[in-house]
Amino acid sequence: MKKLKYALFTGCTAKQSTPEQMMSTLAVAKKLNIELIELTEASCCGASHLQDYDDFLSLVLNARNIAYAEKHELTMVTICNTCQLNTAMTKHRLDNNAELKAKVNEKLAEVGLEYKGTSNVIHFLYAIIDDIGLDKIKEMVVTPLSQFNIAPFYGCHNIRPSELQNESHKSKENPYNPTSLDDLIIACGGMNVDYTEKNKCCGFHVELQAPKTASILTGNAIAGAMDGNADMMVTPCPLCHLKLDTQTKHASEAIGREVELPILHMQQMLGLALGCPADELGLKHHLSKVNFI
Amino acid sequence: MSTHNINTQKVNFKVFRFNADVDYLPYYEDYTMEVTSEEVVLDILNRIKWDLDGSFSYRRSCRHGICGACAIKLNGRATLACKENMNDMIKLFGNDITLEPLSIKRAVKDMIIDKADFWQKHEAIKPYLISDIDEYPEHEHLVSPKQAEELDDADLCIQCGACHYACPVVEINDEFFGPAAFAKAYRFEADVRDEAGTKRLTEMHKEAQGVWDCVKCFECAEACPKDINPIGKITKLHLMLFDKGLATSTVASRHAVGFKNSIAKHGMLDEGTLVLYSEGPSIIKHIPVALQMFRKGKIVLPWNMPKSDNLDEIQKLVKSSSTAKF
Repeated sequence: MKKLKYALFTGCTAKQSTPEQMMSTLAVAKKLNIELIELTEASCCGASHLQDYDDFLSLVLNARNIAYAEKHELTMVTICNTCQLNTAMTKHRLDNNAELKAKVNEKLAEVGLEYKGTSNVIHFLYAIIDDIGLDKIKEMVVTPLSQFNIAPFYGCHNIRPSELQNESHKSKENPYNPTSLDDLIIACGGMNVDYTEKNKCCGFHVELQAPKTASILTGNAIAGAMDGNADMMVTPCPLCHLKLDTQTKHASEAIGREVELPILHMQQMLGLALGCPADELGLKHHLSKVNFI
Repeated sequence: MSTHNINTQKVNFKVFRFNADVDYLPYYEDYTMEVTSEEVVLDILNRIKWDLDGSFSYRRSCRHGICGACAIKLNGRATLACKENMNDMIKLFGNDITLEPLSIKRAVKDMIIDKADFWQKHEAIKPYLISDIDEYPEHEHLVSPKQAEELDDADLCIQCGACHYACPVVEINDEFFGPAAFAKAYRFEADVRDEAGTKRLTEMHKEAQGVWDCVKCFECAEACPKDINPIGKITKLHLMLFDKGLATSTVASRHAVGFKNSIAKHGMLDEGTLVLYSEGPSIIKHIPVALQMFRKGKIVLPWNMPKSDNLDEIQKLVKSSSTAKF
């Protein structure tokens, strides 16, 4: 298999509150023969909040991040749904508005950079599905997760708005009936759990300002997976992961029902199936129990 | 002579049925029908009523995607019945199609819902031009094409309720204005003739009802049959609040501003400082979870905070590109 090479935009949580996400990304990349060039110069994407305060600054910073991927002449992969949204949204706006692009480039020129629009921006989940393929991944599985019912939790910003995700990857996804994560679960040998909340919001972005709303959404998501008889949930988004893994107490109180499940990052699930050692996947960094392995 | 082939295929419809006057609980009725490639979803609703069960109820009027009456949910997707071709829906979802009202908890009869909350919120944001109109003007009040562009399609809303009932916050929080009302508020705030001043906009800043409670799920953008992108209007209302100095210091406004502060300092987000800056003394409520996270290696202490390489570039750009005030 040809070695794949991407520019990796880690985002901020991978370096702080979800170290296991960074670890498992690297472990899986090694198994899949992918070379990742980390964009260490990248800044925070603004996490879908900065643009509410300073839209132009948000565009300039995200364009700068992409410009570094362009310098490497590589596709940029993200490992966070919200990083994907903010970066792909910036790309979408600049590629469709020459005047705005020129204004942003005027700023980037001050630091000797230019946004050209030559690098694609794609979430790691879709990068491996597009560039390696589910059949190939299935062949590489050494520890099929056949004893587990696994509930996919897609995370809003990978599936909505659909115009963005359809620009970034080949496998077009229906936001009302997404299949990529289900397909990956099946490729890993697991049973995918179908439930209403799989494409719904986890509430992460209002955790501070509207904790009750946030907790109810988290509670509903875990409860839906539990009612689907899931042994665990899996998500491609570290923000969803934080919400589902660390906020179960508040979520349980909010919906009046004890909810808790092991929550895996997409990379951790894949890593387990590909035979990565548990310590390389960072399972000790979880709050909710993951003692099923 | 050209010929046009009409294909038909068998579709299994599972249709929500409920009559608030007689039924204790809703139920679903199954209908299997041959659907032609020419039909829209409204044709199916009509055929159910006209051919299969005359008691089946739904709203419809213009059949041209302009009155907004026939919005329902098809396999969970908000759908303007007269606009969506059945073929496209079959491509998206296959041959098993579930038809439900926009909001099950508001169902009155079958597809018909009580939209009272939608209209109350619509009214609450003052959906009209507030202006001291001169009844005998000496000249026209001209709005330039550029100024009209500022409305950004917000005036194309047909008030179908698709976005409102797709919004997860509307389902949870009765006070929340919801995406349709926000888009409407933006439509008048962006109108150069409007003289509401702070009247309408301050309402947008209030906790629970205002823009800060939006969870940023993009369900509204996806649901809108007119591609109005309500969440885009919500972002613009946020920006107007800061621009006009109406974004007083709250957990929510500090949370947005905190990103800029953190980026200016580290390039990356300092998660702990962001929470501290946003919450102030209320940070105390986060301590139990923070301690658990710390024990699991999920919290980086301030002196270990990672920084972006070439931080000077980021700092220079923050200084030269940022115009927002708080």
